[in-house]
Amino acid sequence: MSLLDKLDAVAAARKALLPEGLDVFGMPIEEVYSATEARVGDRRILFLGTNNYLGLTFAPECLKAAHEALDKEGTGTTGSRMANGSYSGHRALEREFAEFYHCHSGIVFTTGYQANLAMISGLAGAGDVVLIDGDSHASIYDGCRLSGAEIIRFRHNDVADMEKRLRRLGERSQSTLIVAEGIYSMLGDQAPLAEIVRVKNAYNSILLLDEAHSLGVLGKTGQGLVEETGLIDGVDFITGTFSKSLGSIGGYCVSNHPQLDQLRYISRPYIFTASPSPATIASARAALKLLRDGTELRRQLWQNSRQLYARLDALGYQLGPQPGPVIANILDSPQQALMLWKGLLDHGIYVNLILPPAAPEGKALVRCSVSAAHTSEQMDHVGNVFAELRKSIFQ
Amino acid sequence: MATDYSDILSRLCFHLKQFSSPDVVIAPETDLINELAIDSVKLLNLVMEIEDEFDISVPLNALADVQTVHDLANLIHHIKSAKQ
Repeated sequence: MSLLDKLDAVAAARKALLPEGLDVFGMPIEEVYSATEARVGDRRILFLGTNNYLGLTFAPECLKAAHEALDKEGTGTTGSRMANGSYSGHRALEREFAEFYHCHSGIVFTTGYQANLAMISGLAGAGDVVLIDGDSHASIYDGCRLSGAEIIRFRHNDVADMEKRLRRLGERSQSTLIVAEGIYSMLGDQAPLAEIVRVKNAYNSILLLDEAHSLGVLGKTGQGLVEETGLIDGVDFITGTFSKSLGSIGGYCVSNHPQLDQLRYISRPYIFTASPSPATIASARAALKLLRDGTELRRQLWQNSRQLYARLDALGYQLGPQPGPVIANILDSPQQALMLWKGLLDHGIYVNLILPPAAPEGKALVRCSVSAAHTSEQMDHVGNVFAELRKSIFQ
Repeated sequence: MATDYSDILSRLCFHLKQFSSPDVVIAPETDLINELAIDSVKLLNLVMEIEDEFDISVPLNALADVQTVHDLANLIHHIKSAKQ
């Protein structure tokens, strides 16, 4: 099969699964009105499929900081962190992340995806092992591949299964990087961090925790699962993203290991990418302050999340195992998921559609992402639409 | 003593039965993807079952050259032999 024939096969597979003329993936957003509303075509829609957990994309403090940075430092750095791309804002944000987590140091990356790529491929290499949860995000899988280390998976959130695999590695467990996530993006469930830390310590491995979906969501000051569980000292490296609760784009890693800084000299994804624009950094810095002081935002976020989760659960939808801002509706077939997704859109509600092989266990998902900026009335409205659609989808 | 290849092949075929329809005959030359329709996700799950069945670690990187049942049995045999 030629290179282009392979792409034709992809097109054929998409055509067989998805209705003609429906932009399921890469939906064109024409106008954005607020953190929760936009226009698609001529229809006003409610965003329920973004990762804007704290609703900070239009926070005046973030807008002001971004405008000022844009005027003062220009549209882009046009260079890598390794070269001319480390402005005072980039360095300040690294210090602020380290302070936020009470850690020795931090590194800022251009995206969250890149943070995982850079950290995993920088820490592990040929001859080492990376032990990952089966439901890991693509950035974790890709980081593993880039590292050249041996990749071993354990069953999702199953610490006994993880321990079994560490035991089989024997002494190699000491050169093993375990990777877990604070909140998993597919089902919205949290990692059993206490058990993972216990096992990781017993086998002298290194633990990297990705707090992409839990930053701003869990913990008193929003650090994530490490704060919620009080286990920050048990985690060696914490990564995360600016593109969810911080309403920007970028990534970070913090650690108490002084060796973290050496990643700047060996990690290809860090070295060979232009650094985030000054405006991006400035808005992330402003958002981090709001996140840290965002007790009320977290209270609202969790109230909305519990309200919608309880309603969908009562309606009989099969959901992820625990309530949270990521609410996954698990459907038996792609066709059912597509019907639900389309029905929601027809009612002005945008959610994420996840089809096999991206969805776990060959299922299909319709995933809602709740925001602190949603209102209780909006959650009620969403619940009513789900109730109406249930009759036609499961008849 | 190294585990016998034919024993590995027979245990592997037993596991592969779960991933195929009852009328499919599984032989060493059977293609995992084209004949048993084991896609990338199923293969990842199959690997975890194989690891448990044979008490070994099978790095995902090692699957790049695996196309047939024989390739997989051979990989397991190789890992099992190296461990003993």
